[in-house]
Amino acid sequence: MIPPEIAITVRVNERDYVERVAPRLLLSDFLRHQLGLTGTHVGCEHGVCGACTVLLDGAAVRSCLLLAVQADGARITTVEGLARDGEPLHPVQEAFREMHGLQCGFCTPGVLLSAVELLRDTPHPDDATIRRGLAGNLCRCTGYQNIVRAVRRAAELLDRR
Amino acid sequence: MKPAAFEYVAVRTTEEALAELARDGQDARLLAGGQSLMPILNMRLATPRRLIDLNRVGELAYIRAHDGGVAIGAMTRQRAVEKSALVARCVPLLADAMPWVGHFQIRNRGTIGGSLAHADPAAELPAVAACLDARVTVRGPAGTRTLTADQLYWTYLTTTLAPTEILTEVWFPTAPSRTGHAWLEFARRHGDYALVGVAAAIMLEEDSVAEARLALTGVGARPVRARDAERRLVGRRPDDAALADAAERVKQVTEPQSDIHATAEYRRHLAGVLTLRALRLAVARARQAPPVTT
Repeated sequence: MIPPEIAITVRVNERDYVERVAPRLLLSDFLRHQLGLTGTHVGCEHGVCGACTVLLDGAAVRSCLLLAVQADGARITTVEGLARDGEPLHPVQEAFREMHGLQCGFCTPGVLLSAVELLRDTPHPDDATIRRGLAGNLCRCTGYQNIVRAVRRAAELLDRR
Repeated sequence: MKPAAFEYVAVRTTEEALAELARDGQDARLLAGGQSLMPILNMRLATPRRLIDLNRVGELAYIRAHDGGVAIGAMTRQRAVEKSALVARCVPLLADAMPWVGHFQIRNRGTIGGSLAHADPAAELPAVAACLDARVTVRGPAGTRTLTADQLYWTYLTTTLAPTEILTEVWFPTAPSRTGHAWLEFARRHGDYALVGVAAAIMLEEDSVAEARLALTGVGARPVRARDAERRLVGRRPDDAALADAAERVKQVTEPQSDIHATAEYRRHLAGVLTLRALRLAVARARQAPPVTT
């Protein structure tokens, strides 16, 4: 027996969507397959790697550990929502470009959204705070050094805004 | 990895959740923050027929002073507990342990009741509850009952709750004056489940130990209270010899298991080292502790 689909209304990157979803559809798969927002990457699918991190009502969460149906009525920001096409990059993105904070880029969307909340909570973090804040996002390329530099740089850029 | 198909219902009140459970108990699972249940579903280690989502039950999300302590609704996010000034002031051990629970992205979603009811013997919150003799409120078809942490935990991932019951609240006593607390743990990576974690609380009178509490994670099938080591500390001056004696006792009585992450021998060693460090820290804090008022 297949449980019936459920209608949900979500606001993703400032755009409203009314969609029907199967109860078991993960929010990560909903964003990628149903809305076509493939910037949210899927790594481990059990909450360890952090690649699928998005902002749910402003808080960084694992989209692989949420059901799409749970997002009914929520406001979501994915990496596509940080800067619109043709507009300047978000300061966190700009800092990652400047400081070479990414290599293959697979972990980057999740890292960026974690950094957005980290810097909102702690606008002037020391390195230990940055490292602790990034501990929930795995990167297999960079060795993290440039990611830490990028977050430090992002704090400076956000200060100037 | 995708969960197997299930029916889904988002309830708005505890009453509704109880009614759903009464109908479906054995085949249903309560979905709290989902930070443990969702991985289990994704890996199909569990395939419940029906999920009862508690995330819209607003009445279960609160932190308030109550009855000489702090009462926290089961659906309160771990991040809210971490940031609570009331918790920091009245239940410093809980505040100390909170940043060690997963990563902040996990705590944004994870709930205090979910973690307590999941009963992972490696998790921080059950050990904090055991250390402080926290009480949980449980509602079921037969009414409401209150359990101590000791009565709540049965074995690995298993509580004494019936399938038709819901853990609705946890209550922690306010720390008495001249009491120091410490949470310490060792994990390969911050935010991973610790190999061993230690909760310590020391109350001083003059300069002797009036009360000692020790609870450990990662060394048994449920949170372990080291009562024998606690008894050895009471009435003694908390010098290094006394603390080392207690830590040695913890090593002797714990019986950890070997697994892919660490051998039993290494876990036992960690239990001793972390106990000694946690006791030292708790004693130092007790000496500086101001009187506490709720």
